[in-house]
Amino acid sequence: MNVLNFVHAFFGDSAHWHGYDGIPHRLGQHVLYSLLALALAAAIGLPAGLLTGHTGRGGNALALIATAARALPSFGLLVLMFVLLGLGLLPVMIPLVVLAVPPILVTTYEAVRAVDPAPVDAARGLGMGETRILLRVELPVALPLILGGLRSAAIQIVSTATIAAYVSLGGLGRYIVDGLYQRDYEKVVGGATLVAVLALLTLAVFWAVARLAVSPGVRRR
Amino acid sequence: MSGFLNDFFDIPSDLQHSWPGLIGLHLREALLPVLAGLLTALPLAQLCVRLRWLYPPVLAVTTVLYAVPSLAFFVVLIDYTGQTELTVMIPLAVYSLVVLVPAIVDGVRSVPRETLAAATAMGFGPVRRYLQVQLPIAAPAIIAGLRVATVSSISLVSVGALIGNQGALGNLLTDALIYDRPVLAVNSVVTTAALALSCDVLLVLLRTLLTPWMPRGTRGAPRTGRPDAAAPALEDTAR
Repeated sequence: MNVLNFVHAFFGDSAHWHGYDGIPHRLGQHVLYSLLALALAAAIGLPAGLLTGHTGRGGNALALIATAARALPSFGLLVLMFVLLGLGLLPVMIPLVVLAVPPILVTTYEAVRAVDPAPVDAARGLGMGETRILLRVELPVALPLILGGLRSAAIQIVSTATIAAYVSLGGLGRYIVDGLYQRDYEKVVGGATLVAVLALLTLAVFWAVARLAVSPGVRRR
Repeated sequence: MSGFLNDFFDIPSDLQHSWPGLIGLHLREALLPVLAGLLTALPLAQLCVRLRWLYPPVLAVTTVLYAVPSLAFFVVLIDYTGQTELTVMIPLAVYSLVVLVPAIVDGVRSVPRETLAAATAMGFGPVRRYLQVQLPIAAPAIIAGLRVATVSSISLVSVGALIGNQGALGNLLTDALIYDRPVLAVNSVVTTAALALSCDVLLVLLRTLLTPWMPRGTRGAPRTGRPDAAAPALEDTAR
């Protein structure tokens, strides 16, 4: 049996295209949960990273946080939160956000730190306030790296949200987890394909955002 | 307290391993793929350094491969390798490879031209120059990549629990739900995190040993204008 046959069978079955367990609904769920987690993580990580990067303080603490967070097993955290807090969206959102904040935070810090000091000095000489320097000079220059951090976080969220189907989250992971239990390999492979496609779409979205948002002068470097 | 400890280390018999046994299994499932990834990444990276046009497409492929979620990767492999350890180890090796290639390429490329010229002038052939000049200078960047690969590999082995108890310490998580024993989940998370941190510390020590010329405690060192060669590798840290 070829995996492609399973994929073909899964997507060819019209039963998979509507209803609660249909592809549009599951895909919507997955995207919604991922966006929510990414928004929460960005709301925490971006301001903190920009601020610490601008002042240059707290680098050691951030490195420590990053190492500690990387050591935390995502699947383990999911199950642990599920056992401790029970069924619901909150026990899934906590690990998703906790795992997504460090890449955003640390990359943002590093990105702002790596900005060429000359233009920052020039801006200060022109009489710009610290907030304006951060938002008008440092942020645009640091943007490609910051987007890279957001991208890793988004990829990780999409990936972990798949595993979260094991602890009852909806979304595309449902096909994989349910399919494994029902010994329905067609469903498993179909779900895996959808998840992989969604991850690649996430890459594409970030690539497009980078094309649009990064100033041409910065991009050329 | 002793009751808690007894509970903590009371591993359900269906896992057919003691706690140290699970740790050994976990390390094997996590570290062998990293080793395989490293052994593949070294020649591939050297090829990318030699043939400049090859690097952008390789980088694109690795970025795409790295984005594929582990569970999706595992289940597609089931058709070929069954619900075995190998099914877990192949994706982990691919992820390691994907992290290591850019790290090694950036590291090897960061070797100054003058240093290479000096080595050539001293009569070093290409092989000796690679082994004795380029690799040692690239060591910090390579080890930075190895740290990311190792730690994420240790974390991802647990997901193998979903494809038929191939997750070593991760199997404790599924058992925590089956037997309604939260303490097993705590055990799994704490032990896995401790393993990851210890391996991380060991790699940092290894770097200190391999690069005696570098200042100790690089974190406090003043930043140079050029960004650290290890930085790009650290960008795609967790997943």
